[in-house]
Amino acid sequence: MTSNNKPILIIGGGMSGISAAVEISETGKEVILVEKEAYLGGNVVKMNNYFPKLCPPACGLEINFRRIRQSPRITVYTETEAVAVNGSKGDFTITLRQAPQYVKNSCTACGKCAEVCPVDRPDAFNYGFTDSKAVYLPHDMAFPMKYTIDDDYCTKSSCAKCVEVCEYNAINLQAESREFEVEAGSVIVAAGWKNYDASKIENLNYSNFPNVVTNVEFERLIAPGGAGNGSLVRPSDKNVPKEIVFVQCAGSRDENHLPYCSAVCCSASLKHALTVQQKYPDSKISIFYIDLRVTGRNEDFLNRVKANGNISLIKGKVGKIEKVEGTQNLLVEAEDILAGKKIKKEAELVVLATGIVPSASLFTMAINETGFLSADQAEGIYPAACCKKPMDVSSSVKDATAAAMKAIQN
Amino acid sequence: MEKKTGIYICSGCGIGISLDLEKLSRVPNQPFIKVCRQHGSLCSPEGYELIKNDIEKEGFDSIIIAACSPREKTDVFSFSDSVITERLSLREQVVWGMEGEDDDRQMGAEDYLRMALVKIQNISAPVAQIPDTVSEQILVVGAGITGITAALEGAEAGYKVHLVEKEDKPGGWSTQLYKQMPSAPPFNALCEPLIHAKLAEAGANPNITIHNSTQIESIAGQPGNFSVVMKNGKEETLEAGAIVAAMGWKPYDANKLGHLGYGKSGNVLTNVEFEKKIQEPGEIPRHVLFVQCAGSRDENHLPYCSTFCCGTSLKQARYIREKNPDSSVYIIYKDIRTTGMYEEFYREMQADDQVFFTKGEVQQVVDKEGKLKVEIKNTLLGDEISLMVDMVVLATGMTPAGTTDLNLKYRQGKGLPGLKYDFSDSHFICFPYESRRTGIYAAGTLRAPMDTASCMEDASGAMLKAIQCIEATKRGEAVHPRAGDKSYPELFMDRCTDCKRCTEECPFGMYDETEKGTPLPNISRCRRCGICMGSCPERVIGFSDYSINSISAMIKAVKIPDEFEEKPRILAFVCENDAYPAFDMAARKGLKWSPYVRVIPVRCLGSVNKVWISDALSCGFDGILQIGCTPGDDYQCHFIHGSELTGKRAENIRETLQTMMLEPERIRTEFVEITDYRKIPEIISEYMEEIELIGPNPFKGM
Repeated sequence: MTSNNKPILIIGGGMSGISAAVEISETGKEVILVEKEAYLGGNVVKMNNYFPKLCPPACGLEINFRRIRQSPRITVYTETEAVAVNGSKGDFTITLRQAPQYVKNSCTACGKCAEVCPVDRPDAFNYGFTDSKAVYLPHDMAFPMKYTIDDDYCTKSSCAKCVEVCEYNAINLQAESREFEVEAGSVIVAAGWKNYDASKIENLNYSNFPNVVTNVEFERLIAPGGAGNGSLVRPSDKNVPKEIVFVQCAGSRDENHLPYCSAVCCSASLKHALTVQQKYPDSKISIFYIDLRVTGRNEDFLNRVKANGNISLIKGKVGKIEKVEGTQNLLVEAEDILAGKKIKKEAELVVLATGIVPSASLFTMAINETGFLSADQAEGIYPAACCKKPMDVSSSVKDATAAAMKAIQN
Repeated sequence: MEKKTGIYICSGCGIGISLDLEKLSRVPNQPFIKVCRQHGSLCSPEGYELIKNDIEKEGFDSIIIAACSPREKTDVFSFSDSVITERLSLREQVVWGMEGEDDDRQMGAEDYLRMALVKIQNISAPVAQIPDTVSEQILVVGAGITGITAALEGAEAGYKVHLVEKEDKPGGWSTQLYKQMPSAPPFNALCEPLIHAKLAEAGANPNITIHNSTQIESIAGQPGNFSVVMKNGKEETLEAGAIVAAMGWKPYDANKLGHLGYGKSGNVLTNVEFEKKIQEPGEIPRHVLFVQCAGSRDENHLPYCSTFCCGTSLKQARYIREKNPDSSVYIIYKDIRTTGMYEEFYREMQADDQVFFTKGEVQQVVDKEGKLKVEIKNTLLGDEISLMVDMVVLATGMTPAGTTDLNLKYRQGKGLPGLKYDFSDSHFICFPYESRRTGIYAAGTLRAPMDTASCMEDASGAMLKAIQCIEATKRGEAVHPRAGDKSYPELFMDRCTDCKRCTEECPFGMYDETEKGTPLPNISRCRRCGICMGSCPERVIGFSDYSINSISAMIKAVKIPDEFEEKPRILAFVCENDAYPAFDMAARKGLKWSPYVRVIPVRCLGSVNKVWISDALSCGFDGILQIGCTPGDDYQCHFIHGSELTGKRAENIRETLQTMMLEPERIRTEFVEITDYRKIPEIISEYMEEIELIGPNPFKGM
């Protein structure tokens, strides 16, 4: 082991950042993990389940949170962003900015504050499909298990009901943001990804029809703790949709949008289809695709889908999505390439398999022409996983572990 | 040894309102209890100080914190490793979770406190067993791109790496490559194979020793202390702290693809053969056809996708087009799987008007006077087409090289346990480097089909895991998933009957065995799941803080009302990784369950020993629930087969019930996912109903 005892800073507390943090700390090095949201887990914690096992992400996260809890070598800052990185390999100084900590760590998550809070806000965790109070627990299994306050909605001192009711003096509505510096020997940037903006794909009418949703939104329409509390519901009327169309490569492999393939959307839609079928065996699902990119052992998973009589895989690109007059249903127009004809399919819910774009970094890093972070940065700074290129969860963990390997070499 | 214990009961979060804490404080009326305090908020700085001062002043060796779930506020309630800190979940398990009358909840709280008290008396704080010496050398088996990359990364971090290669020179398949798929923007041009620079680097690195033409004769020992016997003419022994297995892949045997013309015409080549041929002098054929998925995605051959072949064929098509401008290339595919940025290269090749992509299946390839006639079923248009070409390249897939060459001297076999199709992959999406042979990490194509770029990432990650295992072993701590755990199985060998259950059932091959069958533990291989403890019929195995006695005592500490009170008691063994958090979440969500259930979290369902079940039934529990992770092909048990073993052991347990003249329904196993919190109250109430039908346990009050 090298002798540099400075901690390693990890920017981004999603699956990759968490993995890098626990893997490094267990080699004996110190880690500082910085996350901009109030909770760890990033995009993954919003997922209903994983392909191909259809198991919940909360399971692996629980193990990793336990690894964080037991480790004396990990410091976590939530609601915190890295705004500047100075120095060089072995000797970085990073400026962190933490949002106002209206809710202190002494919060016991007893929930009294939310009971008295008079303000509702759209719950961003559920993409606004549900509401929460302005003081809220980010989600059911939040880590850290602590309430937070939405600055945009809380009326602060004009209300302060939560302050009165909190028995633990855990709320301070006068809190201010703070900037502070930390030192690190190396930096892993695991800033993660966001979903491509589906409103840019005009022919698919995502902005116009509530029942056209993205694949990540779909996760929150079906997840326990989501819009339907575990049942699948569609946004317009909270009914259970039984005829569902998935549109693959929505804005991907398309030079007008994302020229690349996001590597996960095929498997994600297959997963959604199987999950819906498990829950609602009488549902009918159509998946329009260009190529089915399900690599490695996941071929078994594709075969499971193919064997399901209620899931149709149709090679063809969706041209447009219209509304069926007088209903909230949709009409999907596509060409069926194998059958050599144009087809129209009515659906109660349409899911756009939108791709992965990198999340932005607040400080300057080398970006390549795809918009992702270049693999090669200044020495000592290592981008990991989906801010570098699109990949699935398992590959992200693998890449994060590889970045951890680089980071301990300082 | 008599403990010195302090008890701290929190009245916050509604606990003080819901329970009579004065009454609860009178439960631990025993001499070893030095204080029993109540506080409005134990997790506040004042609460913390109170406990900390007591520990320092009174010299407590153990404390009980009766407050929220042990999953909460762990950062606050963290004192010293030598002070046992027992967390009792009054908030989630009693106040939030239990339905019914106040006195039922009070009984629940009192039972849980009694359980904590006896647990404390029956455990001691784990003291890590640190090996006398730990080797910081790392063995890498296989010197292909994966092994070379792993070696370089480990060496760069300051570790000595021994790279063992069975061929007479390092480099593996990668040295045969003409070009490599693009790995940098703009991703539309092929690049030079990276292996040559890596080989030069490895050759010059003083931390790396390459052993060519060398076989592994045997590997014995455990993380920190593997003893590796190598053979290159003569035998040589090497100490290693951890191992990266990078033995790579073999091409699928194309002789099985006779229908595609292989072996019948010299102009039908595999992709591996073509890569060599293109580097030899000679004429470049004009019309070349690539058969994708040749023997892949095919239930008669390889059912899986080998991931690299689409990219490889595109790359090879580019060779032909560059070397012979008059050429035409046909690519017959099922799906073109150029994921991520490889799409750019695919687009580049699509722009070439002499590269033709057809979605179809090749029916047969026939030699016609030096030309090859290829019959294709065009799945796009539904028609049959036939093409005359000069050469056919079969995009054959990869199979893992296998791991028995490691020659592990392990009781459970020479190689790494493989998953489906024999890849040494992890079963866990979140933990791609999970290994069932602690300290030995598979990387690259041995683990899963992947291309060169992916192998290099994989190699780095596996090396990190190897280093981590060495460092954890130096601290005497377990690695994932119970990372940091210092406890370890201790065996009371006087009672051992050499029945071999522990050596067979350990998911991680921890035990070696004498000829007689006596278990020989290798602590650094242990992952602390306790499955061996659960397997042992003679109560031989235990951990300092988790043992047959400690749990038995907890079971016996529960006060069982007599049958006329009509308050049955159910004992629930609950997996602490998934089911226990589901209980917490159910409680947080305001869901309620029967106050007659007493929950004991276990490291894994597989650690539940039959003794606990007979103890519980003898004490008068009316039923026993075991709640753990989903078994089966898509198992979620983090100890591989802990929950599956529960099913296998059920037969044994039924016999126990029979000898006690009890109904088999008195024990039930349920599998839940961590997010199945809504099911928790349902499972419990259904079981309560069933137990009510069966009636009270006749052992009650005996």
